[in-house]
Formats: sequence, C-alpha cells, structure tokens
Amino acid sequence: MQDLSLHILDVVENSITAGARNIEIIVSEDAGKDLLTIEISDDGKGMDEEFVQKVLDPFITTRTERRVGLGLSLFAESARMSNGHLRIRSNKLGGTKITALFQHSHIDRRPMGDLGSTLMTLIAGNPQIDFVYRHTRDGRRFELDSKELKERLPNKSLASTEGLKLLRKELKTNLLEFLHTAWPGAHKLRDQK
Amino acid sequence: MPKLTLDDLKKMRESSRKNLSLREGNFRGKLIVHLGTCGIAAGARGIVDTFLEQFDEMEVSDIMFATTGCAGLCSEEPMITVELGDSAPVKYGKLTPEKAIKILEEHVLGGSIVKNLALGVGSERAG
Repeated sequence: MQDLSLHILDVVENSITAGARNIEIIVSEDAGKDLLTIEISDDGKGMDEEFVQKVLDPFITTRTERRVGLGLSLFAESARMSNGHLRIRSNKLGGTKITALFQHSHIDRRPMGDLGSTLMTLIAGNPQIDFVYRHTRDGRRFELDSKELKERLPNKSLASTEGLKLLRKELKTNLLEFLHTAWPGAHKLRDQK
Repeated sequence: MPKLTLDDLKKMRESSRKNLSLREGNFRGKLIVHLGTCGIAAGARGIVDTFLEQFDEMEVSDIMFATTGCAGLCSEEPMITVELGDSAPVKYGKLTPEKAIKILEEHVLGGSIVKNLALGVGSERAG
C-alpha cells in the first residue's frame, strides 16, 4: 500500500465483510507528542481470541478464494516501519477495534494519501452502512457522519447522483480545506530539528 | 406446522420479489468494483474515483454502483464486474481509468461487451 488512506480503505473493507452496520474511523494527529493514531471500530461479527492472535500472520484469512490474507499484516508492518505498532481488540460477541500508532515525523511514515477518495469509495459503495469519520489535528477537528448526511437527503441514497454531489462537497472540498489549512504544530516540529 | 400449498409458495415468491425490486430500486444494472487487498494495492480506488466522476458527469442514475471483495484472480486486479438486467455478469481485469471509461461507455451504457478487455462471462462461483 502506498499510503495510509489505502490501508484505511483495506481494513474497513474487512469490517464490511464482517457485516458491520456502524463503522467509526478516527484519525488523530498530535504534533506535541509526535504521534499519529488511526482507529477503526466496527460492530461486525468480531473474532475470537485465538483468531486475533493469529490474524497478523499473512497466511491467515477468512477468505476461501485464496489462502493468504495480507491486509492487516501490511498495516501492522507500515506502523512498525515508523516506530509504531498495531493493536487489535475484538470480541466474538461482536465488534472489532483496530488501532495503529505511528511516529508522526518518522521518515518512513507513509503519507496520509487521499482520505477523501477513501471515504467517498466506502460511503458510496456501502450507502446502507453508517460511517463516522473524525479527524483531529492539534485541537482542530473535522467530522463527518453519514447518518446526518442521509437526513439531509430524505428518500435518496448517498449513492444517488444527489448523494454523490453532497459527498463530493463534504469530502473533496470541506475535508481538503481542513487538511490543507496550516497546521500550527508543523513549523514547531521543523524548528526543533 | 401446516403444509405449504402451491398458493402459499406463490405468495411468498411475490412478496420476496417485491422486496427485491424495492431494494434494487429502478436500476438497469450493477457495476461492481472489487476492493480486496489485492485490488486496492493495484489501484482499484482510482477506478472507483473514475466511475463516480463519470456517473456525475454523464448523469448516470439507472446503474447501481457497488463494491465487493477479492474475486480470487489477484493477478488480474484492478477488476470490475458488470451486471446488466438478467444477462450473465461480465468480469474485466487489469483496468486503468481509460479502460474503465471505455467499458462504461460501450458496455454499461451502450450494451455491448468490450471483448478485448473482458476476462470472462459468468460468476467466479459458477457451478
């Protein structure tokens, strides 16, 4: 995977396969602690403890089409490369939470990538699932709740032409604006070096 | 439990058919992008972007857009499946945004399979 937004897309696809109805994606960037956290939680069918222990092994997968499952192992490797790690909490009764931690300024930390495109793909491809996306950057915050977007479009799917227009406005304009506005911690980090 | 009569079965069929058409809305067909780890790594998200942009530009509203997982042909990714009406699904592989637009124009909207790009007709779980 070239960037973190592709990892997010890939891991959330697991949640969808696990039958999740609600998925929450939280990205937090903290310059003071030099920490980037990506947290993905779902209410899908969950995994038992034994499977959680094995799930980072690339030769473990629930798929029957092929015998290798690389998604989570690749995400864990990306985190490790940048002085971080991946944590999985899951319950067989339902629900999984994946947390990936990265050293924000690490030279091998992959770039964020096109988050808007990842979210657009997820929401338009699965309009029946409720997504919450929260991104904080040193106290500033962007939030998107697909349930709230649906309420703005009564009787229309988020995958309809009108829905796509609304999503595009939120994700390609508002989110981009949030991501591109000056990040107060950024220059501080540079000055330290 | 009382025995099912032929009428009961007919009623059941009617009610599930209604359900199905409601769920499917007024869609003429379905365009599915495969988003397994393999697909994503090979650039499937760019294909999704292309389709959603084209849907907007060409005002396509009678085709349902959907995503799914790996189809088991990882070396052919990025892949899509096109399902029009009752005809068998067609799979296309090794896509680029240019090929995706050609398939959208000629097959999804035009109705004729783009033979030189198609991988095959039918489902991966056939038989």
